[in-house]
Formats: sequence, structure tokens, C-alpha cells
Amino acid sequence: MRRHKRKGSKWLVNGILGFICLIWLIPTLGLFISSVRTPSDILQSGWWTIFPHHAWKTADQVTLPKDTDLKQLIGVLGQNYTDDQLKTGVNISDGRRLIWENRRNRIVNVQKKEWTANLNFTLDNYKNVLGGKQYEITQPDGSRKTEKGSNLSRSFINTLTVSIPSTVIPILIASFAAYAFSWMRFPGRKTMFIIVVALLVVPLQVALIPVLKNFTALGLNGNYLGVWIAHTGFGLPLATYFLYSYISQLPRDLFESAFMDGASNFTIFTRLILPLSVPALASIGIFQFLWVWNDYLVALVFIGSQPNVQVLSMRIAEMVGSYGNDWHLLTAASFVSMLMPLAVFFALQKYFVRGLMGGSVKG
Amino acid sequence: METSIQKQNRLWLGLATILVPAINAVIHFQIFLFLRDAQLNPIWYAILAIIWGVGGVYTIYLSLNWVVEQYPVKWRQRVQPFIFIAPAIVLLAWLLLIPAIRTIVLSFMDAGSVDFVGFANYVAIFTDRLLFSALRNNLLWVVIGTLSCVSIGLVIAVLADRSSYEKLAKSIIFMPMAISMVASGVIWKFVYFYTPGNQQIGLLNAIVISLGGEPQAWTTLAQPWNNLFLIIILIWMQTGFAMVLLSAAIKGIPEEQLEAARVDGAGEIRIFFNIMIPYISGTILSVTTTIIVFTLKIFDVVMVMTGGQYDTDVVATQFYRQFFMYRNNGYGSTLAIVLLIAIIPVLIFNLRQFRKQGGGF
Repeated sequence: MRRHKRKGSKWLVNGILGFICLIWLIPTLGLFISSVRTPSDILQSGWWTIFPHHAWKTADQVTLPKDTDLKQLIGVLGQNYTDDQLKTGVNISDGRRLIWENRRNRIVNVQKKEWTANLNFTLDNYKNVLGGKQYEITQPDGSRKTEKGSNLSRSFINTLTVSIPSTVIPILIASFAAYAFSWMRFPGRKTMFIIVVALLVVPLQVALIPVLKNFTALGLNGNYLGVWIAHTGFGLPLATYFLYSYISQLPRDLFESAFMDGASNFTIFTRLILPLSVPALASIGIFQFLWVWNDYLVALVFIGSQPNVQVLSMRIAEMVGSYGNDWHLLTAASFVSMLMPLAVFFALQKYFVRGLMGGSVKG
Repeated sequence: METSIQKQNRLWLGLATILVPAINAVIHFQIFLFLRDAQLNPIWYAILAIIWGVGGVYTIYLSLNWVVEQYPVKWRQRVQPFIFIAPAIVLLAWLLLIPAIRTIVLSFMDAGSVDFVGFANYVAIFTDRLLFSALRNNLLWVVIGTLSCVSIGLVIAVLADRSSYEKLAKSIIFMPMAISMVASGVIWKFVYFYTPGNQQIGLLNAIVISLGGEPQAWTTLAQPWNNLFLIIILIWMQTGFAMVLLSAAIKGIPEEQLEAARVDGAGEIRIFFNIMIPYISGTILSVTTTIIVFTLKIFDVVMVMTGGQYDTDVVATQFYRQFFMYRNNGYGSTLAIVLLIAIIPVLIFNLRQFRKQGGGF
């Protein structure tokens, strides 16, 4: 009986969860669909019009005499209407409606409601943002114009050059520190650890100006080393805290038997601790990678906007600023920038969940 | 005879102590100069830079540790921990600790950081309308944002646990975490987009019109509700984080305990409140803390969507504006310090919890 009841409620659970998932998915879906639509379509109709929907479609056109006076009643198809009515559209018999197509040339559309879908897809947006050559696009009014492509490929490589060391270096440094905090004895251990945790809450904006001044003095500004150092510093508190809570929970016997065999701290750390901490390293690694890949502020301040070192997020933010309403480029570029983190996330998802559990869930 | 060997040893150790760090410094400086000035194919450049960046840090640790291992045991045990933590401590002090202390000092100085003004900046922050509205909005973010993320995350975690497509659902909810703020900004502009008239390309306005309502400029003119529409973006991004952790905790509840309650005739809702919630309270606390810290520092969402205009400023954006645009170091620093002070209680509460769980501190 119990089982039967649970089966009934399973339907309900699946339904509610499906609804929530749909809500979560719709904004991203909208971006993806928009990115394969033509520039004029994006500006003129919502992305959901690619699905079959009931909409007015022009079935016929009536051209009125050129000298029709718009201030008086206008006769169309044997009935009289005002100009305002024709502007907003007026319903006539058997479900049709009349609306101006071109008011100056006195052309009226006779429209009917029909099932329609706006299936006009294109890959031009992606070619444009990835290629970087000249591209012809069709503008909303039908004319064509040539536009310079945005060449995101270069920024893509730059972002990788920034992200990979900015992920590996802080995690390496943090794991050394976490090992020392958990298993070595030295004066000032507690104080230093508490300071590290307290630094978790320092908003990184306070560091931008003083660090920028130092970097300029040291010649680190505008190149990769500088941004690696910055990301390392800003990522260290969380990584150290997280890895400490994992490494300090490893069983003590492990170390004792290794010490008995005469292994040094360094050997124990590299041969024993690092392999054992793979889930934790992977999950904090994904976190740090997502954060660095998606970061805009640190890159903006420490790398600057020279085209040969510019990262993806900066290019996209620049597109928002300089092109304004060029949604077709923005949507495609945003989607390109999402691909890498999504790929990493789905590839390492298993580790992520397991590592997060080891780190912070203790029941 | 023996003393001369010892002397030789000591000399050798001293030499190694000086030479190894020096050689490290010279080599890495040369590589740095080479990479800075080299004109290479971007792909080769990326590969070289990545190898150097990752390998370099490891070889520094390796070589310094080698020097320490040459020392007599007593000295080795004293010095080695510092080799392990020194890079972390140096970087943290340089990049976060010293700037934080400097900010505290600047918060007591005037706009140009010349004269000492005491608590004048702090008074201004709680009286100036613009600055105060940033504080108020930030409070809104913390309360509404955190509550929604944690409670929706909890509901989804419980539902997913009983559904027949758990993995898929969790991936979908978690996915926004992987999307950058800038890209999310573009995504949500397609939801909130507003043009006057009946032809809308923004989803929300299209829904409103199809229900017979008037289109709204959600993130700009619909004050003070526009803050709420921005917070929804945060909820969309962060709920996945709460859900993953809470879901893991729920799976840790022993099945017998739930079964026993069911046998006693408790309904699912009573089980949820009386058994599940108390059991996972530790996780709820740590998730809540993380999200509070995150929302207190919220910056990108507001910057990308409204730039802090239309009364949507939060502390971090106002700080950015004061510091970088109005060049008012005093106000900027004070805002940052207020933020810091606001986080301290959360932090203390958490450290205490950490100690309770046997973290050793």
C-alpha cells in the first residue's frame, strides 16, 4: 500500500521538478536560439517565435487611392475605418484583420491568424565572431553591409593562457600550505591560519589600486605573469581553507607508517597526499577555473585591453559597449565563452560533487 | 680532521642556501623577460607560458626543499614548514592583507587621502542618501538572495532525490554556475528586454502582454522592484551551488531513521521539518555562510545589468564608483570597511562551528 502511494506522488515530484528545470533552462535556451537567428529577426521578434505559434499573417494587400484623406473615415473593402483603427489593427469579418502596411503609400494588409514558425536560422553570427574577416550581414531594412569580424579565437587562446596557470599555481601553493597547517608544527600556526580564513571576506576591489601600483613599478602590468599572481593571491584563501579541511581529515596512521619508512615531508606530500586528495583538488580546481575563466574585473585591471592579450570576457563586455544593439554578435560570442566552462563542468562533474562533500559536509 | 669536514659541510650548506634561491631568481627572471618580449605564434606562446607557469612553481618548491633537506635534522624541522607556507603567506600578505590594512587607514582620511578626518566618512555613509541606498540594497540582496537560494536549493534537492531523473535535473540547475556574469547579463537581457508597444523581444514582457498587462522596464524604471529582478539573476546562478551541497547532505541521512518515522505514521512534510532539517543543519549553515559572503560582495550582476543606475547600487559598485570614477578614496575605503565589518559576525559564527566539528582550531 505504501509503495502504491509513493508511486502516485512520484508523478507529482517529477512534474514539479520538471517545471523548475524548465524555468532554469529557458533563459539559456533563449540565448542559444537567438545566437543562430539572423540579426534582423533578433531585433524584430522574440526567440520563441521559432516554435509554432498562432500569429497574424498577411494574406492579401489592398492599395488605396493615393489621395485618400487620412483625417476622415477610410473605406477599405466596403467598410469605413479611422486612421487610428488601422494603425493598431482592426478586426473584420471571419477572423481577418486590417492593418497599415505602408501608411504613406496607402497600402493596407489583410491578415489572417495562422499557425506559423519563424525558422530562419543562420551560422553567420558564429562565423563572424570566430573568424575575424569581413562579413556581409543583412540589416533589418533589407540592405546589406560589410562588417569586420571580431576574431574571438585569439581571445580564446589568451583566456586559456591566463586560466590554466591561474588555476594550477594557487592550488599547488594552497595544498603545500594546507599540508603544513594540518601536519607540521611551527610557531604562529594558529594565528596564520585564522588570518588566511579572515582574508576570505576581503572584497578584492580593495586590493586593486595598491597592487596595480606595485605591478606597474615591477613591470608586471599588462602581461600574463601579473595576472597569474593576482588570480593566485585572490584565490588562495578559499583554496587553502578548502584543502585544509580535506587534508586535515586524512587518517594519521598513513603519515606514521610513511615516516617510519624514512620518507621526508616533501615525499609524503607529493607521493601520498596529492594523489589521495584528487577529489578535493579537482573540485576546488573546477571552482577556481570557472572563476578565472569568467572573471572580468581582474583581467580588466591587470591585463588591460590590448588586443593581443585580451581575454574573452573583456571582448564580450567591449561588444556590449561598442556595438550596443548588435545582439547577433553578442549572443554568439556569449555562447562561445560558455562552451569551455560547461565542457569542464560536465566532464568533471562527478569529482565536483564528491569533492565538495569531502570538504564541507560533515553532517 | 672531523672539524674540517664539518667546516666544509657548513660552507657547502651556506653556499647552497644562497646559490639555489639566486639561481632560481635569475633563471625565472630571464624566462619572464624572454616571454615578455618574444614575438611568437600565440599558440606556441600559450604552451610555453603554461609550462613555465606551472612547472616553475613546482621547481621552486623542489629546489628550495632540496636545500633544506641538506640541513641537520633539527634545523630541517624548523625551516621546512616555512618553505611550505611561505609562498602562500607572502602572496596573501602582499595581495590582500596589506591592501586591507591600507584601506582601513584610508577610511579615516579625506577624499584625496591627505588629511585625517576621523569618523566623518562613516557618518557620511549612513546619512548620504546615495551611499545609504547602496547599504540598503545590499541588505536586500543578502536577505532575499540568500534565503531564496538556500530554500529553493533545499526544495530542489529533496525533489531531485525522489525523482526519476535526478542527475539530469541537478545538471540543469547547476549549469548557470558555469556561465560568466557577462554572458549571464546577455542572457537575462533577453528576458527583461523592454520596448514600448506590443511587439516585445523580451520574454517577460511578452508573457505580461499575453496575459493582458502593460509591458514594464523591469530593471530600470520599475523602482524599487528592479532590485528584486536583479536578485532573481543571482538566485538563478547560485541555487545550484546550494542544491549540490544540500543534496549530498540529504543522501547522508540514514535510511532507517526515515523509515522509522514513516512507520510511526509521520507525513512527508513532518519528516522534512522534524528529521531532515535538523540532520543537515550543519550543511545549511555552511551553505548559508558561503552565499552570504558572496552576496555581500556582489558586484558583476549589478555592473553588467544596470551599472548601478536607477537606484540599484550595492556596496561594491558604489565603492568602485567612488574609488575609480569620483576619486573619493575616503568614501570608497569606508564602504569597503563597512562591508568587512558586516561579514565579521558571520565569520566568527562559522569559525566557532568549525571548532565544534573538531577542526582543531
